[in-house]
Amino acid sequence: MTNAVLGDTHIASHQRRTAEVLHHTNFDAFVREKNGVKKLDLSVRGAKCGGCISKIERAIRTQNGVTSARLNLSNGELNIIADDTFSANDVARVVTDLGYGVSAQSASKAAAHQKAEESHLLVAMGVAGFAAANIMLLSVSVWGGATEMGEQTRQVFHGISGLIAFPVIVFSGRHFFSSAWSALKHRNMNMDVPVSLAIWLAFGVSVWETISGGQHAYFDACVMLLFFLLIGRFLDARLRRRAFAAARELAALRNRTVSRITPRGIHTVQTDDIKPGERILVAPGEQTAIDIEVVAGGSEIDESLVTGESLPRFAGIGSTVYSGSVNIGAAIEGVAISAAADSLLADITNMLEAGEQRRSTYRKIADHAVSLYVPFVHTTALLAFAAWLIIGASIEDAVLVAASTLIITCPCALALAAPVAQMVAAGRLFKLGAFLKSGDALERLAAIDHIVFDKTGTLTLGMPKWIPTSKARDNLHDAAEMARASRHPLSRALAAAAGPGKTAKGVEEHAGKGLRTWTNTQEHRLGSADWVGAGEHLKQDGPVLWYRSGDAHPVAFEFEDAPQIGAEKAVKELSAMGFELEILSGDRSNAVEKMACLVGIPHWTSAASPQEKAGRLEHLAGKGKRVLMIGDGLNDAAALSLAHAALAPGGAVDISQASADVVFSGGLKTIPQILAVAQAAKQTMLQNFALAAAYNLVAVPIAVTGNVTPLIAAIAMSVSSLIVTLNAIRRR
Amino acid sequence: MDIIAYLIPAALALGALGLVAFIWSVKAGQFDDPDGAAYRILLDNDEDWPLS
Repeated sequence: MTNAVLGDTHIASHQRRTAEVLHHTNFDAFVREKNGVKKLDLSVRGAKCGGCISKIERAIRTQNGVTSARLNLSNGELNIIADDTFSANDVARVVTDLGYGVSAQSASKAAAHQKAEESHLLVAMGVAGFAAANIMLLSVSVWGGATEMGEQTRQVFHGISGLIAFPVIVFSGRHFFSSAWSALKHRNMNMDVPVSLAIWLAFGVSVWETISGGQHAYFDACVMLLFFLLIGRFLDARLRRRAFAAARELAALRNRTVSRITPRGIHTVQTDDIKPGERILVAPGEQTAIDIEVVAGGSEIDESLVTGESLPRFAGIGSTVYSGSVNIGAAIEGVAISAAADSLLADITNMLEAGEQRRSTYRKIADHAVSLYVPFVHTTALLAFAAWLIIGASIEDAVLVAASTLIITCPCALALAAPVAQMVAAGRLFKLGAFLKSGDALERLAAIDHIVFDKTGTLTLGMPKWIPTSKARDNLHDAAEMARASRHPLSRALAAAAGPGKTAKGVEEHAGKGLRTWTNTQEHRLGSADWVGAGEHLKQDGPVLWYRSGDAHPVAFEFEDAPQIGAEKAVKELSAMGFELEILSGDRSNAVEKMACLVGIPHWTSAASPQEKAGRLEHLAGKGKRVLMIGDGLNDAAALSLAHAALAPGGAVDISQASADVVFSGGLKTIPQILAVAQAAKQTMLQNFALAAAYNLVAVPIAVTGNVTPLIAAIAMSVSSLIVTLNAIRRR
Repeated sequence: MDIIAYLIPAALALGALGLVAFIWSVKAGQFDDPDGAAYRILLDNDEDWPLS
């Protein structure tokens, strides 16, 4: 897992954003206290190797009051136990200072429940494995000593096997029996019905054989069947829990706090506690969690996550700031115009539900296989039973044939076919830095033929980058000194281009206009064209900063939103793989057109609202396209949920990550790899189902003709399961 | 053949011992962090061993 592709700019921007979020989360609100012992669960992102464990744990143990810190590398959970002197915010700060993303986790019953289910399956599997091995020990003696073993010894061996098998079947099999029972109660059929039937029939027949001193007992087959099925169930539960953990990590990102202004002062409260009409302070760098109307102050607002517009907008008194926007200028005060539950964010959430519902109607390949399999085995077993009665066999013999048919056509291979392939694919994706949110997402990803990209933050860095010109270069040093005093994205980009250096003193920031400072008696200005007094005719098309020193001629610094590293290559690879590509952006048309030319995507749509984006996705789906949507903004969330499959970069807003099937952090270059993994996984699954079907073609004739001995059943079951597993692991 | 009267219970008891050990390890959380466990053995700072 060390080879996760990291170090990409996307990670950097993600960490930058989470660092900003951290700034406004009060971690003390998430500490649980009991008998003077404080407990805090944090979710750490970016920890991938052994070095991270010791670095983080050691740093935290040196903090005041911390008695224990343990980082779980598998799911990124950091459990801290401390006494009274402990400050949660300090600890969180230590982790971010080390360069990891961190967010608070609130205790969840669902997570505990899933963990309990997984460990129950693991124990059930262990018990079945123990029984299978020990019964096999006895069975091998019976088979091997067939000619020498006395009838009584054989009966004793069968008896012991039965005594081991019965409690194990009851304990390890109750998962299947209760599921089969509830399916039957609702007049449904699922895979657990034939499984339960096979186990109990085989057990019953074996008990009869043992009592009557017969030759064949199938106790080993019953227990082995359970063992193999439980392996499949366990892998499935594990994958689901991983996906759930990823979703929970995303939810943890949303655990934010808001500064409420009351006559008694400013209080930090949870977002859900805010009611419409209450006054809120939005500090510089803070991301708003509620829609507000500005009532005091004014500032530049970065709405790139909400609308996809890459340039910041000035919001003065009376203007509306939507949740998800980032305040990059001065502090502003606003009145909540809606509670968190019915903000713009919540509206988009509602649009998401429609998409999610449609997606849940997707029918998995495994479900198809089961719907073909269940009636097939039941009819075969029943026909075999009837046929043997008709040709004059005794009822015992007929039941024996029916039971052995059910057992040997066992769904071991079928139950393992999909989970093993999905587990291998999830492991490969994890190494690529991508997190799979559900097993069937792989099948949907493998089926796509059309890819829709968002622009800002997905194809581009979502941050402006200075375009060097010779005239501007001469003034870069002086302008950067001023720019370092501001957190406006253009100022930051300018400061980044100039590298480290001095910061000018006495810089005044005028929101929406620019910066001003004096040296000796000379005035320096940096900002908009109007601010420095550059003529209208000099106005540029993209983002521009103007700099004027005294009476000198104003100089323009032009910026562009640079494409992600490897965007062009990824696009080329994707079109070579035969996908149709298009850009669907909320940004201005010239910015979108330029980017489309640069990366080589012929079709593009600009200035699309979230509704228009969703509409475009509906349109494409109506034409029978299977669309993959890749986006990061709030404005993409609805489109993501409507797509056949969806990807979101790690830096995306949480709601977009939540509606995506896979969250990737390795940059655009991983997209072709993700799709290749998905296609390989689907192929493996289909191969596995084909192998299971082929196996049944051989096994069924042997079973219905009454030639299945317990030895043959044991060999057939293990071989088929092994082949399916090996076929999946081959792709590792 | 009387010997099997001792051998079979002995074999079963040994198997059961392994099973009990396995169940204990699941309950004790030994399988909670398979990725981390692979690295923890390489960390040579014994004092960093978790206290709980």
